[in-house]
Amino acid sequence: MAGHLAPKSLYYSIFGALMVLTIATVEVATHNFGALNFPVAIGIAITKATLVILFFMHAKYSSKLTKLFVGTAFFFLSILLGLTMTDYFSRGLDTYPGGAGGAGYSVRQPRPPAVLKVDEGESHEGGAEGKSEGGAEPAH
Amino acid sequence: MAEAAVTAHGDHGAHAHHHPDLQHHFDTLEQQHEAATLGMWMFLITEVLFFGGLFLAYMLYRVWYPEAWAEGSYQLNLTLGTVNTVVLIGSSLTMALAVRSAQTGLRRGTVVWLILTMLLGLVFLIIKYFEYAEKFTHHHVPGSNFAFPGPHAPQVQIYFSLYFLMTGLHATHMLIGFGLLSVIAWMAHRGRFSPEWYTPVEMSGLYWHFVDIVWIFLFPLLYLVDRAHVPG
Repeated sequence: MAGHLAPKSLYYSIFGALMVLTIATVEVATHNFGALNFPVAIGIAITKATLVILFFMHAKYSSKLTKLFVGTAFFFLSILLGLTMTDYFSRGLDTYPGGAGGAGYSVRQPRPPAVLKVDEGESHEGGAEGKSEGGAEPAH
Repeated sequence: MAEAAVTAHGDHGAHAHHHPDLQHHFDTLEQQHEAATLGMWMFLITEVLFFGGLFLAYMLYRVWYPEAWAEGSYQLNLTLGTVNTVVLIGSSLTMALAVRSAQTGLRRGTVVWLILTMLLGLVFLIIKYFEYAEKFTHHHVPGSNFAFPGPHAPQVQIYFSLYFLMTGLHATHMLIGFGLLSVIAWMAHRGRFSPEWYTPVEMSGLYWHFVDIVWIFLFPLLYLVDRAHVPG
């Protein structure tokens, strides 16, 4: 038996909303909002994905168990992304030279691997390993 | 299977004698449909985590090398990316309408919407081909021929590695979806579906929409977020 039958007009409105959000996200991306560009773009993408999941994928009209499965996908995804990023973001905390003085700054930029330091110098192929501080090894 | 009465609405006298598409280990078609939906979502959970690993790599390298991310994403063709986003969301609309046609027992409608969905998918892949070709001519493909001006070349190469890996994996999913839909369209054409049983249409729809959602995240992350951060 057919499940919930949504009216065609609903699908067209959802499509319209998705188009508006697409235009919005492209428009926002042409302006430099600094650190805000990322959360705005992700926020719009999550909204779009939610519309697709709820209406195109019929999650809104599904059984509770199906909804739980849908939620599970994003629960595990947030563990994957969230826990890994907290690890990387917190790596500088205890060793921060300012010690307690830096208490206001709880979040530090994660440090890239040592490779980057090599590129700040002029050449990493020619001069053997002359001026590297602390043994950054040239890779890539 | 004698599926003569494909367009018959409503009053099949019964689930009393059993529907030809009801498998014996299920009590009802509803239960069978529910099991299929759960199974499909279980598969999609693994797909979310499959792509999730790549998104994680992307996010980590992005905070490590913000300049390289800005320079790399500035090289992508925003117009083609936007057109492709519209095309792919459009194909999700036609897919949703194909499922709706199957729900209402419109055989012709189902086939037409499915073919439209496949055509839009094809347009997406053709545009992607031109984008890739552009990257090859500009030496932006990671490997021994990679070339990029400025001090961040090695890091921009990481950006392009992730770009090709993520969009390539996405395009592979599109190709699989295309194959899936061609089978479903053929089955619909043969009159295999009815308002009582259209599970394959709906399941391949879930897959297609999932692939659309992956692109909904790939597009802003690869093309948009760092675009405005290029100095100068």
